[in-house]
Amino acid sequence: MQAFFDMLGLGSSAELLSLSPPGWGGNLLRGLANSLKIALGAFGLGLVIGLFGACGKLYGGKVTRDLLAVYTTVIRAVPELVLILILYYVGTDVINKISEAMGGDRVEINGVAAGIWVLGIVQGAYATEILRGAIQAVPVGQIEAARSFGMPSAMTMRRITIPAMMSFATPGLANLWLIATKDTALLAVVGFSELTLETRQAAGSTRAYFTFFLAAGALYLVVTLLSGLVFARIENWARRGQPSLKGAR
Amino acid sequence: MLHVAASETAAMPETRSEAIRIENLHKSFGSLEVLKGVSLTAQRGDVVAIIGGSGSGKSTMLRCINFLETPSSGRIVIAGEEVAMRPDGSAANRRQLERIRTRLAMVFQQFNLWTHRTLLENVIEVPVHVLKIPRAEAIARAHDLLKQVGLGDKAETFPAYLSGGQQQRAAIARALAVDPSAMLFDEPTSALDPELVGEVLNVIRGLADEGRTMLLVTHEMKFAREVANHVVYLYQGRIEEQGPPDQIFDNPQSERLKQFLSSVY
Repeated sequence: MQAFFDMLGLGSSAELLSLSPPGWGGNLLRGLANSLKIALGAFGLGLVIGLFGACGKLYGGKVTRDLLAVYTTVIRAVPELVLILILYYVGTDVINKISEAMGGDRVEINGVAAGIWVLGIVQGAYATEILRGAIQAVPVGQIEAARSFGMPSAMTMRRITIPAMMSFATPGLANLWLIATKDTALLAVVGFSELTLETRQAAGSTRAYFTFFLAAGALYLVVTLLSGLVFARIENWARRGQPSLKGAR
Repeated sequence: MLHVAASETAAMPETRSEAIRIENLHKSFGSLEVLKGVSLTAQRGDVVAIIGGSGSGKSTMLRCINFLETPSSGRIVIAGEEVAMRPDGSAANRRQLERIRTRLAMVFQQFNLWTHRTLLENVIEVPVHVLKIPRAEAIARAHDLLKQVGLGDKAETFPAYLSGGQQQRAAIARALAVDPSAMLFDEPTSALDPELVGEVLNVIRGLADEGRTMLLVTHEMKFAREVANHVVYLYQGRIEEQGPPDQIFDNPQSERLKQFLSSVY
């Protein structure tokens, strides 16, 4: 293996990227794992917020709708980097204030949990709009049919509305997931050791900037390609029962 | 036997064989009053055809029975049980409404099958998840029902791959799967190509012969005459005339009904 890389003139790069020290490959992969952990958590949290947000916007009272409008507008208006700084520092400050007021000590905020919360709140605003649009695209007659047979509203949501809206929501949610994987890089500004920060540290200590940022780029690309495969399967499943559009050009 | 009366129904005792009773039903959309006091009673086994021009309120009346539209005022009594209403006409007791709705199966103009589920899944959906019938039992019955409407070989097909007539027959199978005490048909053939109307009417005719209680909003006058034992003519939100089909179609009394029939029959 080593001889193969040497032959290509990449011997030193391979050494730098090797998984065990003195190589930095292990650090990069740990960073990637952290990035994915946060992206998955934030995407999941965003979906939950988005589902409640969409239902609130569509079926809620006036106060609920106004509050949600403020939420989605503000979150989508402010640059994500600024939001992350605000939510992270304000969030930790508030938690500490509460903790001290209750007579406790200052708490150490877990980086992964903080990252998930911060990005999840951002994702939730976008997911709210994606899911609201998807629910509105479900033919109202299908929901009426369920109600006319005495199906309770929560069950109608679970059994009819959500499965029926999935085909409309999947492309938007796939975008949102890819944005989530890349937004984790913004958490580097609050000192969280995800892939981008690990890469910067590795590059800074070895001066091999090109090698490490290329490697990080390749890792992000692999994540995107694998995500594409997964979402293609999900979309295939969500569109079951709908004829292909290929014949209808 | 059928009892229909405009105003004296309020005093009528509730009989055991009564399937649906509507009393003095009003419905407004904003300032537009669509139903202006409709009263109607259907006994078990009755087939009531509701006819009338566009905008006469016939679909709205049918949709008020299961509260897909919220009545503005009036009373709805299903099999002797009155649907509890708030002063604004909305159902007061969600649980009660849902229980009553499971006894009333609706067939829609646009079929409204669940497109992400196969025909079999459409038919077993309500029995399994709402009525909590064991899955195996529901599936066996669903196959029988699909056979009954001539779709025995389409159980695993998704609705989008079927003709309108086939979809509507599947929707009827879905309605039958809850073993309803009354069926509500909202213009079941209006969205169909002419050559597909017959197959759906044949299925409905079979149900009438079985003695199913049905309220049928329709534009198919010949069919209404043939299957119904009572015909109601709605005009601008009121019952203008009603009676046995022979009388309504051969000897209409009101000028408006005469005019309506001469234009469509």
